[in-house]
This record gives sequence, structure tokens and C-alpha cells, in this order.
Amino acid sequence: MIANYGFKDGSGDWYVTIDTDKCNGCGKCMEVCPEKILEVGPDEFDIFREEPVAFVKHDERKKVRYSCAPCKPGFCEQPAPCVAVCEPGAISHSEGWKALYGR
Amino acid sequence: MVQQGKPVEFWRWPETNWVNPDIDWEKGKFVTAGVDVGSVSTQVVILMDGEFFAFGNTRTGSDSPNSAKKGMDYALEKTGLKLENIDYCIGTGYGRVNVPMAQQAVTEISCHARGANFMYGPDVRTVMDMGGQDCKAINVDDRAKVLNFIMNDKCAAGTGRGMEVFADLIHVPVWEVGPRSFQISKEPPSISSTCVVFAKSEVVGLLEQGVPENEIVAAYCSAMAHRIMELLKRLGVKEKFVITGGIAKNEGVVKRLEKELGIKTAEQAWANLQYRKKNYPFDTQLAGAMGAALFGQAFLKMGKAKSARKA
Repeated sequence: MIANYGFKDGSGDWYVTIDTDKCNGCGKCMEVCPEKILEVGPDEFDIFREEPVAFVKHDERKKVRYSCAPCKPGFCEQPAPCVAVCEPGAISHSEGWKALYGR
Repeated sequence: MVQQGKPVEFWRWPETNWVNPDIDWEKGKFVTAGVDVGSVSTQVVILMDGEFFAFGNTRTGSDSPNSAKKGMDYALEKTGLKLENIDYCIGTGYGRVNVPMAQQAVTEISCHARGANFMYGPDVRTVMDMGGQDCKAINVDDRAKVLNFIMNDKCAAGTGRGMEVFADLIHVPVWEVGPRSFQISKEPPSISSTCVVFAKSEVVGLLEQGVPENEIVAAYCSAMAHRIMELLKRLGVKEKFVITGGIAKNEGVVKRLEKELGIKTAEQAWANLQYRKKNYPFDTQLAGAMGAALFGQAFLKMGKAKSARKA
């Protein structure tokens, strides 16, 4: 399942996308995230799944634009820490930041 | 003495309930309930061994536990069933953690996917839920597993609540908005403001200019369709495409969305031909509660949950 956490508003797309079929629930993303917006636990969108999965915390879903801004995915040469650390490549960020920083 | 007029409400849609005359619940093995406490409306669906038994559709009040209770009482009203007779109850919707009689809570994304699969058939691939204060677009497979979802709950623009506010402002009953949006000579440009509050002042401006009421209704419907479109563009729409939730009943929005997408929405009718033949009521608002009740059935059958029946 592709889970899109975040929102779209007049300024663009602000989503953190987690491919739960790729996620192995290792929890590394949760540790490296400077804003601690990620969590690993039971999959609330697929209740028949037994393995834990990474997701964006409930309270953070409407704020990803601001909490993810320091990592500026798509702006810096380096990918965001959560993206870099994810071995199966389950995490991605939408292009909103690119538009915002003019790249 | 001050004379007081009667307040008129244009946003208030009628509450409904129904009980299936063909089912005797006492013969059933598993009776499950799904309680969908949304931001605007509360639905309760009761299933008996996977068959549609009863429903109640009410407005959500100021607190979720009471709304859930009220919805449940309304659904049970004519059934002869008591709350104690229900084997398993699942809460969903934004107030799902506050449903006192529920044994478990399941997110509305999963529930809408499952409910739409049951109501419209397993060939459904994209479900768009137009709720009271959010909209969700979900891609599902034939077993109602969620493949991809996107949700917009940050802002109430382009949702049921926005439509209610608009109906009240323009003095058109909310269920007449759809038909009246087509009683126009030419399609007007859509309302440009996204925000409900700004859209409201834009509408007041149009009223002052003397723009015909129906044209403003059409302008608002197309603005809403446009907004839903933005969400669907990101997700990608596949046929069979269905809309659930209250806005699905507003043909003014649905037809304009279809036109913009170039994809027709599926007919709002039961996939189950028996249900269709017997003319069971089909209410797009029930999808979430239906899904929750179906999850209850599945849990009991799989032995993942124990019956909580007290009587």
C-alpha cells in the first residue's frame, strides 16, 4: 500500500509517502528524523497486516511542510535522512519543496 | 411583545433509518454493527451474517459518544434488537476512538474501501469519499485491500460542510443544490476562492451583482468538482470509479467531476442483484459504517475476535 501523509494547499504538494509493501519496519527512519515525526507500529490502514510498519505520527500529518522543511528534500544535494537511511527505499517526499526552492 | 419568527434551516438534511423486513435476527449467528462517527453525520449499519439488516443515519452532535449512542438507538429503533444482542461493534470515522459501545476502532480509509467493495461490487478500483470535513481518494483491489490512498483533512473546503454553509447562505435546501445547478442557460465560471470563508464572501458579492441564484449554485458545484479533481490527479483514477459520502448525492458536483475527469462514476446501486431486486435502500453515506460492520463479521468468522454478546 502506498500511504500518503500530508496535504496539498495553495502552495503545493506536501506529502511524505511510505510504500508499506517495501517497508520492513526496521525503525531506522524513526531514529534519524530530526523532528521525530515518524513512528513504527501496527498498520492502521491494513488491519490484517501483522508486521509493524512506519508511518507519520497523527499530530504531525498536517504539519509535514514545516517539520520536513529543515531537511529540504529535493533541494540539498543529499537526500533527506529518512530517505537515505531506508534500505528498501520505502520513503519518498513529494515535489513541493522543489517548487518552493525554485529547483 | 416581541414576535419571534421560526428559524429556517436550509442545510439540515433529513435523518433516515431502515430495517430489513426479510431478516429475522434471532436466527442469525453473528450480528455486527459498524458505527461511523463523522464530523457531520453519524451512520450505524447492522449486519446479520453478512447480510444488510438495518441502518440509521443521523447528524453528529457536539460530542462523539452521544452521537454514536443516538445513531445506534435510531438504527435499532424498529429492529427489536437491543445493544446487548450485538456480537461485535466497530467504530470508525474521525470520532472512532470515542465510540463507547465499540470493541475496536478501524480507520475510515479501510472501512470505506471495504464498504464500497460490498456495496458497488468487487470491480471497484477507485473510491472517492466525500465526507463532511475531509475527502479521501483510495485505490483498492478486488479484495478491498487499500493499494494507495490520499487524504485531505487539513481544510474543509470542497466538502459536505462547505456545501451546507453554502446552501444556508444562498437559501437553497442542500438536497436541491444538485438539480438546481443544471437549471441555467450557460455554465458560469466557477467560484475562484478555495477557502469556504472566502468563497462565502465571493458568493455574497455575486448575489449583490444580481447573478441568478442557480448560476451561483452551478459556480459553487464546479469549484467543488475542481477541488476534488486536484486530489484525484495525484492518485490516478481507475474504473470502476465510485463516490461515497454525502456529496455523492449531489449530482451537480458528480456530473461536473465526471466531465472534468472524462470518467463516469458507477451507478449508485447494489452490486448484489438480490438487494437490487428487493429494492433495499442504497445510501452512499453508509459505506464507512458498512465496512466497519463487515470487518466485524470477518473478525468473528476468522476467530480473531470473540463475541461480546451479553444477551
